[in-house]
Amino acid sequence: MSESTAELQSLLKRAEALYHDMHFGAVRAWKDAEPGRRAVGILPVWFPRELIHAAGMLPVSVMGGGDDVEIIKGDAYFQSYICHLPRSTMEMSLNGGLDMLDAMIFPSICDVIRNLSGMWQLLFPDRPAWYFDMPQSSDAIGRRFCGRELAELRDALGALAGSSIEDDVLRESVRLYNENRRLVEALYETRRERPWLCPTSELYVVLRAGNVLPVEEHNAMLRSYAELAGGAERHAIDNARVVVVGSFCEQPPLNLIRTIERAGCYIVDDDLLLGNRLVRGDVPDSDDPLDTIVGTFIDHAREASFLYRPADKGAELVQGLEACRAEGVLFCAPSFCDPALLDQPMLVEAVEEAGIPHTSFKYAENTGQFQVIREQAGTFADSIKLWGAA
Amino acid sequence: MSTASGNTVGMDSSMALQKQMLARHYDRLSRAEEEGRACAYTFVPGNLTELLLSFDILPVLPEINALQNAMRKKSRDYIATAEKLGHSEDVCTYVKCDLGMAKSGNVGPTGERLPDPSVLLLSYTGCFTFMKWFEILKQEYDCPIAMLHVPYQGAGAATRNMRDYVVEQLKENVIPQLEAVTGKRYDEDRLSEHLAASARAEDDFVAVLESAKHKPSPIDAYFGGVYYISPIFTAFRGTPEAESYYETLREEVQERIGGGLGPITPEGTLPEERYRLVVEGPPCWTNFRDLWKMFYDEGAVVVASTYTKVGGIYDNGFRHDPSRPLESLAEYCLGCYTNLNLPSRTDMIVKYVEDYDADGFLVNSVKSCNSFSAGQLLILRQVEERTGRPGGFFESDLVDPRYFSGANVKNRLESYFQMVEQKRSAVRSLS
Amino acid sequence: MRCFVGVDLGSTTTKAVVLDEDERLLGRGITNSRSNYDVACAVARTEAFINARFGLFAGRLAEAGLEKEERGALTEALGRQFRREQHTVQQRALAGVMRGELERDKYAAVRAPLEERLETILDGMNEDIPPMFEAGAPERSDFFRDTATSGFMRRAEGIRGKQVNFDLLMSVFDRAILQVENQELDLSFSANVRPALDRVLAGGGERWRSKASHLASVTDEVAALDLDEVNAVGTGYGRSKLPFRQDQIRSEILCHGLGAHWMFPKTATVLDIGGQDTKAIQVDNAGIVTSFQMNDRCAAGCGRYLGYIADEMNLGVHELGPLAQKSCRNIKISSTCTVFAGAELRDRLTLGDKREDVLAGLHRAMMLRAMSLLARSGGIEDEFTFTGGVAKNPAAVDALHRLVDENYGDRTINISPDSIYTGSIGAALFARRDEGGAESEAA
Repeated sequence: MSESTAELQSLLKRAEALYHDMHFGAVRAWKDAEPGRRAVGILPVWFPRELIHAAGMLPVSVMGGGDDVEIIKGDAYFQSYICHLPRSTMEMSLNGGLDMLDAMIFPSICDVIRNLSGMWQLLFPDRPAWYFDMPQSSDAIGRRFCGRELAELRDALGALAGSSIEDDVLRESVRLYNENRRLVEALYETRRERPWLCPTSELYVVLRAGNVLPVEEHNAMLRSYAELAGGAERHAIDNARVVVVGSFCEQPPLNLIRTIERAGCYIVDDDLLLGNRLVRGDVPDSDDPLDTIVGTFIDHAREASFLYRPADKGAELVQGLEACRAEGVLFCAPSFCDPALLDQPMLVEAVEEAGIPHTSFKYAENTGQFQVIREQAGTFADSIKLWGAA
Repeated sequence: MSTASGNTVGMDSSMALQKQMLARHYDRLSRAEEEGRACAYTFVPGNLTELLLSFDILPVLPEINALQNAMRKKSRDYIATAEKLGHSEDVCTYVKCDLGMAKSGNVGPTGERLPDPSVLLLSYTGCFTFMKWFEILKQEYDCPIAMLHVPYQGAGAATRNMRDYVVEQLKENVIPQLEAVTGKRYDEDRLSEHLAASARAEDDFVAVLESAKHKPSPIDAYFGGVYYISPIFTAFRGTPEAESYYETLREEVQERIGGGLGPITPEGTLPEERYRLVVEGPPCWTNFRDLWKMFYDEGAVVVASTYTKVGGIYDNGFRHDPSRPLESLAEYCLGCYTNLNLPSRTDMIVKYVEDYDADGFLVNSVKSCNSFSAGQLLILRQVEERTGRPGGFFESDLVDPRYFSGANVKNRLESYFQMVEQKRSAVRSLS
Repeated sequence: MRCFVGVDLGSTTTKAVVLDEDERLLGRGITNSRSNYDVACAVARTEAFINARFGLFAGRLAEAGLEKEERGALTEALGRQFRREQHTVQQRALAGVMRGELERDKYAAVRAPLEERLETILDGMNEDIPPMFEAGAPERSDFFRDTATSGFMRRAEGIRGKQVNFDLLMSVFDRAILQVENQELDLSFSANVRPALDRVLAGGGERWRSKASHLASVTDEVAALDLDEVNAVGTGYGRSKLPFRQDQIRSEILCHGLGAHWMFPKTATVLDIGGQDTKAIQVDNAGIVTSFQMNDRCAAGCGRYLGYIADEMNLGVHELGPLAQKSCRNIKISSTCTVFAGAELRDRLTLGDKREDVLAGLHRAMMLRAMSLLARSGGIEDEFTFTGGVAKNPAAVDALHRLVDENYGDRTINISPDSIYTGSIGAALFARRDEGGAESEAA
């Protein structure tokens, strides 16, 4: 094994360990390193992490318990027809697994996460829990509203941190997150162009490390991964190029991603860990960084089922599919996920109109059986290759 | 939200009045297209009825159509139609029932064809699915869509910022769109007149709801309640018809109190009030009568319910205010029940259990509605702890008959009533 | 003697118990639930009264100074011979119904050969009877349906005639057994105990000779005892179908709570896993239910789930637990859905997982569901009583012990071998308390 291969393996090993660590050891270690450090949890999908960073605190993306958390108390609070993420989140929080988070932020993506914010308030009255209403009217009014909401949150975060968040510090944080977004985007581009160099099962854990690592450290990790993966001795195989749609909140287990790849698919785009990429491009430098963050969100957020998009449904998806030369779409949504599942028929229609093959299946974050999905994805990939050859 | 036209439930004059109103409304809708009247599809929570009326726009309420279809046993086929089109089994059945109806010729529950919308007025209040619902309808109709984003009371209060946001959207988005659709100018005086009428009806409506504090309660505030909320939650708020309906209803309720009468049920006046209960959650429309019977057969009366607050909370003192028309519409939207956070909802139920001296409270956990259901089990636990009175839990769905298991629900309710009785007699024998 | 009866009509079995006025257990009976609830109820009730008389019989013997061992031997032998009498009555009824069946037009063409075959089988079944009830005979089901079915099938299996074959014979049998089950036969103590005693005495040689007349008079005395059913209460999933008045019917939740309290007076939390549903119940120190939760619409994690698994693995339900206990590797099973159980299982086994490991995982998954329901109802307080058919499954019990320990720490877990009667005991207690009026209800 060459030195760089060993280095790549060790980087991936670390990332995967972080992925599996449902005790959030990295966050605890970061907090323990200096007295008075605080961490703030963010539920899917998006919150400007810059704000938390600028307060000197660690933003931590909480994306459920995956398939590693055994559910008892979580099921006690949720009926069988509610998705899995809130169960595992509740299980972890009631078992003390999230007690290192000094506050929680619940973005407005669906009724379940919304109500979870209130459950948190009832169960943990001493820990701040903020609901973040993303503007659904994408104009100046929405921008003003969101700006005022975020200004309140900025004060609250500052109060939690013990000092108010200054504009120049915030600008610096924005710069770091701009870099993070650029690095992530570059990896997506590598994967799009040469998917064999950058398999999704790797990319995923590397990106996921950003859920718990400080952005500086994550940027470094992204840089080394880009370098190591880009230079790796890996060869293209005859896989079908597919895009995964619907997995923006509750995440599929890593084994599901591997299953799709092993079934003969290159995932060339996806909405996994969408918070990293929801807002396209840089947040420009400005005199009023908070307003600029909001404005960038309003003007440059990607199409997503939790954002109001009454016209041209699926147009952006189809455009994206063409841009990454996708040969098929895997609609891959969590069971009982209202936004994804209600959106799906409309997206399917757009994709069909564009003549792009698609298939769909549902999962839960703790799905343990992949036989059916393996067969389905495999058949799909085979049929794409057959059509492609014809 | 309901009305049960077509069913006769203890025909008082208020009931007759309501039936007429509803029949007239559907009739008006069926003629709207030929008469060239504008129609807005819109939702019950956070509805802007007075504003629409001030533009002479007729409201069409897809939720009401869905539940009316369920009561008339039509929802199963409509849901199947939507699922065949690729809609998931997992999602809201109101949406699927409505879409199924639209795809089957858009014939409304009364058998008359519904007009296509001139505008989709998306009052996005207290329910995320509303947004998806109208995105889906937008694919069906070539009409403008006006969105009113009503922020959620995440921290337990409607803030100034939220109110301003709603008012700004009304002024800058919604009203201009309604003007464009109708070709009419926004007339604030007219709006205020409607709001004044609303406020008068709201006074009577609250008196009716609060009559349940009497023992025995003259009304059932859930099964009966869905009839009582119907005009004020739908197309009639702010109309003289609604005013006279609530006046009549209030008088009837007063008479029942005077006569020491219990609530009306489909089988006549309830002879004996054995259990006083608070209920959280929407009704199950496909089996509305079955469920009601399981209650009144046991002498169980619902004295307060949260469902009768989805189209607005008035028993906390809120009234539409003609002197601040848009601000008060904004406050109304922000204050609807499903726009409250869980701590507020819990407080409200606790208060109901205490104020209405209930023996306990029940949760009807509805599969379709995550806005209601997610977190209900915690509410249940909290209310139990805070009131010391027993909570019960059963499951059903809004309009999907596949999800109702009569034997299962009956078993739970019976067990629950017997538990309440057993606890009460234990307390009696101690005192 | 004043007696109080509780009947629990469950989805698979119907249970009845008899209490005396001091709420002491006199007797209990069980039968399989069937299409005719009245009969199931009558059979279980009769069994309970018979069991009560046997108990009283043993009591009299003790009063008469018989040694414990002797008493036991005698009661046991009498019990066996009594069952044989009952079995004979039912076998006779079965033969009668079958002969009647032959008269149906559809058998006209095959009547003679069919009759010949049937008579041969019936003779064989009669020959089976005495050894079945000898001391040390292999264990078998208590239900006539089960023994008759296996006896009939065994003999019919080899038959491959042109006119009369196995399928035809079984169709006659299936119709007949259903009718026999729904007949009210006289299986009572008084009608069957004397022939049984005579056989015991005859077979006992010198052992009982000196006591024969005394035993006969005790038997007659017990048979003549007036067991006066003062009140009865019915419960269980099928309770509304029981031949009881409305005010004699109680929810199984209340009955399980009170029954568990009767068995283990310090019970605070009850878990009952039956065929169709799982219940988590909290009771106060008088056995009054303060809160309860039942599984939602889907039957995931209930007894029936194990039934599917057993079918899928070609095993008896009672074999699952012991097999799972052999596991020494943890496998995580995510779904306790009865619909997916089969597929997941096959998937696992194809992947090379061992049966016992998969089974252990399934048992844990099932108990995880129960733990969630318990958490929903308010957690597990000390003491914790586990009832229902699944409480007999050792792997389920092991999993429960581990999970309780992991999540709640040290708790006393009570499991009664008679836990299947919990609901009926609760019902009988209600029968007793209702009779005493509201005052004693809370006592």
